[in-house]
Amino acid sequence: MNWKFTGDRPVYQQIMAAIRGAILKGELSPGKKVPSVRELAAEAQVNPNTVQRALTELEREGLLVSGGTSGRTVTQDQNILSAMREETLHELARACAEQFMVFGLTPRQAAQLLLALEEEKEES
Amino acid sequence: METYALQTQGLTMRYHSTLALDGLDLALPQGKIIGLLGPNGSGKTTLIKLAAGLLTPTAGSLTVCGQPIGTESKVLVSYLPDRTYFSRQQKIRELMDIFQDFYPDFDRVRAEQMLAALGISQEARLKQLSKGNQEKVQLVLVMSRRARLYLLDEPIGGVDPAARDYILNTIITNYDPSATVVISTHLIADVERVLDEFLFLYQGKVVRQGIADEVRGETGKSLDELFREVFKCLPNC
Repeated sequence: MNWKFTGDRPVYQQIMAAIRGAILKGELSPGKKVPSVRELAAEAQVNPNTVQRALTELEREGLLVSGGTSGRTVTQDQNILSAMREETLHELARACAEQFMVFGLTPRQAAQLLLALEEEKEES
Repeated sequence: METYALQTQGLTMRYHSTLALDGLDLALPQGKIIGLLGPNGSGKTTLIKLAAGLLTPTAGSLTVCGQPIGTESKVLVSYLPDRTYFSRQQKIRELMDIFQDFYPDFDRVRAEQMLAALGISQEARLKQLSKGNQEKVQLVLVMSRRARLYLLDEPIGGVDPAARDYILNTIITNYDPSATVVISTHLIADVERVLDEFLFLYQGKVVRQGIADEVRGETGKSLDELFREVFKCLPNC
């Protein structure tokens, strides 16, 4: 998983985003066991309480399922997984659009630039 | 009533004409990693030494897990001083013998495992090790106790970034989640990811305190940035 943290946002939210990303990328597949709080804390070099909070929040969202003493697993509920995917991509698009807006570009103009990128790729 | 890992009331410490701590009222909860942050001379070491029972306050009082400072409180506290008290001639094995004699909660097996993982021989003398390894040995000893309150005075001062990572990792993977760790430092950027809560100390007073993640969420700033901002406008920093 990608553990790079910035100081401008709560660390637990950044851990949640990293775990969502790992699920979207297939590093953590549905039904698979999630590393323990201690393992994640050691890997990411963050406070175990912060990891605990991130996992609890993801559990509340339904993305992770608590298995009691056997630890947490990624949900196999396709509705929850596709909703998460949609939300994450939507969030990415919004953040991207905001960056273009800084330079006075509308989302439509930005989309044209993205399309041009695809054409470039096809040519080369 | 909640029992705090460390609680102080009107805690004051004066060295001759210098006021090191100025009527400090603190209540540090159990089960947290707490950053004691402040510029040099702000009172960090004095507070830690008082909690470790090495100094007697000029005024005010303090308790560790509800115990007044004394023999009972010292059993609960594992203290890493900012300067070593070991003889540099001693072998690592001898240091472990001392810890085992002194502290019933010392987990020697655990300490030996951590030293083996570091590749440090127990037959080595402290003076033969690099500065980074000397710091690591002391931290391993301190964190191998099953204490209720760990007081770490500048655990990452003067070591390279890789050693810093090792030290922080040792702290987060070895403490019992119901115990409290107080880390004093002015290297905020390096420790802030491991902190639950923080205190900014300045001229013996708390100028700001809070929960690290809440402050990042509310201000959009890292603790390091916040620290620079708070202390920029204060004189004599």
